Amino acid sequence: MPLLAELPLLPWTVTLPLGGAALSFVLRARAPAVGLAAGVATAAVGLLLALQVATAGLQRHAVGGWGAPLGIDLAADGLSALMVAMTSVVGLWVSLYAGAYFGAGNQDGEHQRAYFWPLWLLLWTALNALFLAADSFNAYVTLELLGLSAVALVALAATPAALGGAMRYLLVGLLGSLLYLLGVGLLYALAGTVDFRLLAAAPLAGPATAVALGVITAGLVLKTALFPFHFWLPPAHASAPAPVSAVLSALVVKASFYLLLRFWFWVLPEAATPVTLNLLGLLGALAVLWGGLRALTAERLKLLVAYSTVAQLGYLFLVFPLALGEADGFTAWGGMTLLLLAHATAKAGMFLSAGAILKGAAHDGVSGIDGAAQAMPVTTFAFALAGVSLIGLPPTGGFAGKWLLLNAALATGQWGWAAVLLAGSLLAAAYTVRVLTHAFTRLPGEPPACVVPGRLEWTAVALAVTALALGLAAGEVLELLRVGAPVVGPVLLEQAR
Amino acid sequence: MSPLLTYGIAGAGLIAIGLYALIVRRHLLRKIIALNVIGNGVFLTLVAAAPRLGAPDPVPHAMVLTGIVVAVSATAFALALAVRVRDATGAAALPPPDGDGASGPGH
Repeated sequence: MPLLAELPLLPWTVTLPLGGAALSFVLRARAPAVGLAAGVATAAVGLLLALQVATAGLQRHAVGGWGAPLGIDLAADGLSALMVAMTSVVGLWVSLYAGAYFGAGNQDGEHQRAYFWPLWLLLWTALNALFLAADSFNAYVTLELLGLSAVALVALAATPAALGGAMRYLLVGLLGSLLYLLGVGLLYALAGTVDFRLLAAAPLAGPATAVALGVITAGLVLKTALFPFHFWLPPAHASAPAPVSAVLSALVVKASFYLLLRFWFWVLPEAATPVTLNLLGLLGALAVLWGGLRALTAERLKLLVAYSTVAQLGYLFLVFPLALGEADGFTAWGGMTLLLLAHATAKAGMFLSAGAILKGAAHDGVSGIDGAAQAMPVTTFAFALAGVSLIGLPPTGGFAGKWLLLNAALATGQWGWAAVLLAGSLLAAAYTVRVLTHAFTRLPGEPPACVVPGRLEWTAVALAVTALALGLAAGEVLELLRVGAPVVGPVLLEQAR
Repeated sequence: MSPLLTYGIAGAGLIAIGLYALIVRRHLLRKIIALNVIGNGVFLTLVAAAPRLGAPDPVPHAMVLTGIVVAVSATAFALALAVRVRDATGAAALPPPDGDGASGPGH
């Protein structure tokens, strides 16, 4: 498609949601219609961008024609294209869901309806701009924009729990981005540039570089909620309105993780030592186990889903010991990416279905959803299907990702990580079944009637089905991921090595 | 001791003091001030670390200016949120992190 390669999609992926945010704020009465239109357009452009990168290779755009090192560049390689596509898919279904979620039967409805859309589109702008940022300082600005709009969205619920969660989230987020800024400034002092490409080419070494990478990693790990810095995530994610919880768990925590990958794999791969890589992997493994255990014992349904996010984020950190510094790192790299994408769609689907079930539930405890399978079979199906992907059963995207990570762990002789992958799957199966047991509990008397609009049900199904389809389309995803990938190697490794 | 090193050490000291207060102090206003102290420490370090080969380098100064703008708006937002937290919970402090236990109808 020669036409597609010519389209200036990069600037539009950022300006469309930004314009939509401004417009939906000004036209407050029509915010849902304006916001939904902007959301659909942004999602379309984001998916086209992924197609463009898949067919035409790396993309780069100098905003205002200035170019690096002075101006702001937008750039897309395979990973950023996949992240933008993930944001588009999740964003599209969450937008459709939110249109029906806020409003009727809710006293705060009008307030939430009016302010959700500008904040959500601002968040979407920040996500796209962050994934396409070509320099580390522009990434700092988008990181702050992302944090502030995310906190405001959590506070939208206006309950004491949500306000407290939002406050904690804000304090942690600001500390994280200040540490990140310190690292970026130190790297600038050492290399004289903030551009990712030029930084990667600069001869950086020595203790000052290690300190810079250390504070950047500390800041980003705090924002990614890696164990033991996960304490702020469950209260914030569990107390936000359902569409906001979905976006936070599916997309926002992935943004800081994406920057971690940029620095460790592209900018300073030579600064990695076996000790630091194994430390990151170990914290990830502890997150898998601790998050899984807390999800298993959580009393509230949304807290259970939030702790599941802590666990699933842990898997992603296994990419550091498994891919960085390995000769054939692409297996673990591809597995991590598939797991990240599958978690985004499955977890968004899970939070959306939890939100729909809780609208008709007696209370927000796990036992409050008794009888949900009778009242809302479609939503219960969505929850179960999303759970299947989180557990990692075939043929879901979660399975494909775990399979590749397992393959990498076994082929490189790092058996311990394989045990973590399997234990995490067992825990995920246990907490998913725990919810489903309650959902399938029959209440005495007449089966309860479904009280939520259909749009709340099938948007969650669509996301869960996407997580399933990701496993079937894994080949295409990995092909796109190879565009500008920092590691090479076959998809599957030979066992004997 | 060169003046640049003095600035660098002062910046690191401010970051350490702010970090201590952010973790130890309970009142939200103190936590917000602590974040501002950390921010100033970071800005001081960045200006001190700017390479000075002849003319001063304007890029770190521009970065610090952007950082100050972000810090001002974030502080305003944090203060507004702190007022809402106090109104809702009766105390200008963070509630315990794990408010588990089922409650009320709705979400």
